[in-house]
Amino acid sequence: MSDLLNRYGGLLTAIFILLTAFWLLMLVILPNIYLFENSFRPYLPVNEMGGPKDVYSLNNYLTFFKSPIHMNVFVWTIIYSSLVTLICFIIAYPLAYYMSKIAPDRIIPTLFLLLFVPLWVSEVLRSFAWFIILALKGPLNSTLLGLGIIEAPVRWIMGFRGVVIGLVYTYVLFMLFPIYNAIQSLDTNQIEAAEDLGSPWWRTHLRVILPHSKPGIASGAVMVFMLSAGSILVPTLLASTTSRWFTEIIQQWMFESQDWNTGSAYAFLLLILCTVFVSVVMRVFRVKLSDIAK
Amino acid sequence: MRKSNFLFHLYMVLFLIYMILPLVVMGGAAFNDSRFPSIYPWVGWTDRWFIELWKDTRMWVAFRNTILVALAVVAISIPIGTAAAILINSIAGSTRTVLYSLMVAPILTPGAVIGISTLLFWNTLNVPAGLHLSVLGQVSFIAAFVMLLVLARLQSFDRGLEEAALDLGASHAQVLRRILLPHLYPAIGAGAAIGFFQSIENFNVTLFTRGTYDTLTVYVFSKVRTGITPTINALALILIAVTLFCAIAYEVRRRAVARRG
Repeated sequence: MSDLLNRYGGLLTAIFILLTAFWLLMLVILPNIYLFENSFRPYLPVNEMGGPKDVYSLNNYLTFFKSPIHMNVFVWTIIYSSLVTLICFIIAYPLAYYMSKIAPDRIIPTLFLLLFVPLWVSEVLRSFAWFIILALKGPLNSTLLGLGIIEAPVRWIMGFRGVVIGLVYTYVLFMLFPIYNAIQSLDTNQIEAAEDLGSPWWRTHLRVILPHSKPGIASGAVMVFMLSAGSILVPTLLASTTSRWFTEIIQQWMFESQDWNTGSAYAFLLLILCTVFVSVVMRVFRVKLSDIAK
Repeated sequence: MRKSNFLFHLYMVLFLIYMILPLVVMGGAAFNDSRFPSIYPWVGWTDRWFIELWKDTRMWVAFRNTILVALAVVAISIPIGTAAAILINSIAGSTRTVLYSLMVAPILTPGAVIGISTLLFWNTLNVPAGLHLSVLGQVSFIAAFVMLLVLARLQSFDRGLEEAALDLGASHAQVLRRILLPHLYPAIGAGAAIGFFQSIENFNVTLFTRGTYDTLTVYVFSKVRTGITPTINALALILIAVTLFCAIAYEVRRRAVARRG
């Protein structure tokens, strides 16, 4: 701190601290405290706020634990977000390895250029694209019918299928880039040494490359899981009648019931879920928060 | 080894097709003269969806709002993120760990949670929902991206330069403006670009904080939900073209710099 004063003087240091304090207090800490506080208060008409009925209780959380439907949706959201995370890893790992160790250096910038375009196209449009493709009379069914692979149109948007397809497409790049960065920092000599010593390719991956890419995998898993569980667009556009996502219930409380208190309790549950996931990943992969957020 | 490399090349190509083909399908449907957006069956070429889009005043309002929000987000996030990076770079120990965790937490928080907490907090301060709250909600996590980029750049900074400048009689403001900031400009520029794009495509935070205002993502979302027409595809095609143009411009410039350097 004294170092800052020496270099930039009192005024600038004060400005740095004020800006940071505004961010952390007004935009991060206090809003979350209010979310927490509100989740314990009842939903009341304006004139009864602060009145005798305005007391803290666990009622909003009990609403959740007393509703089998809501708990069911919560559990399915966790299961399918984990599945999406796993699929993204399986798709992305060979690609990350290819891009960092096999692909010739001169094509890398072009590859990145091609991958950045879908990354920067907004999520709503990416799920909309699949909404068109997966339609019953859409291009996917007509292509497969035309090729004679299927005999009748497949109802793609059924159960959680549409949601999983959409989420994997939307978030797979958030898995690819961190793993690529991690493998990139591995000395190729280590791979060659393993091969020279007679290690089959799968053992080289298992013992050398995978352990080295752990921080990248952790980072990718956290991002994909958090984005999937918190996604609003993909489940709304690609869900069927039988697949509901937890964010849709939060939306119902906030917009249809206008009950912000129960809504904040549900949002807080989502926050807890993501926090637990981050801590589990940090524990399992033995990485620090600074490895994940890069 | 040859053969497995071939399989890897093939896999990469398939992945690129998987990433890009849906966008082509969506863009292509913008030219199809069918009321429901699709490329099959192909009814015939038309440009009427572009004309309808052009005439849609609600789209123009949403477009203007999106740009205004994005500019505001960048204007607030850059000073905050840079200041936070300089601050955290000068402290060590457990204070640093706590501050760092607080700073990156918004990146790992679902957008819906950020949106709802921002709405509740400012509502208690009697600030109603609206685009200004969307800006604040987005800043809370976009400032974190800027902080991370600037912090990474600070690692390669030679602090001796600042000491030399101070010894030679430079004022504190001069040290910041002439020595430190020029070194950080690449990171700040990248932060501004990322922040701008992140803000434009943000949906989750905006949905809860926007009040009754539209941004482009919200506009597209509500169109898709209530009666879709291929005007959305026309808009999508334009946005993809703009993205592609920016990406190519960036790449061309990068190659030019690389050749010179």
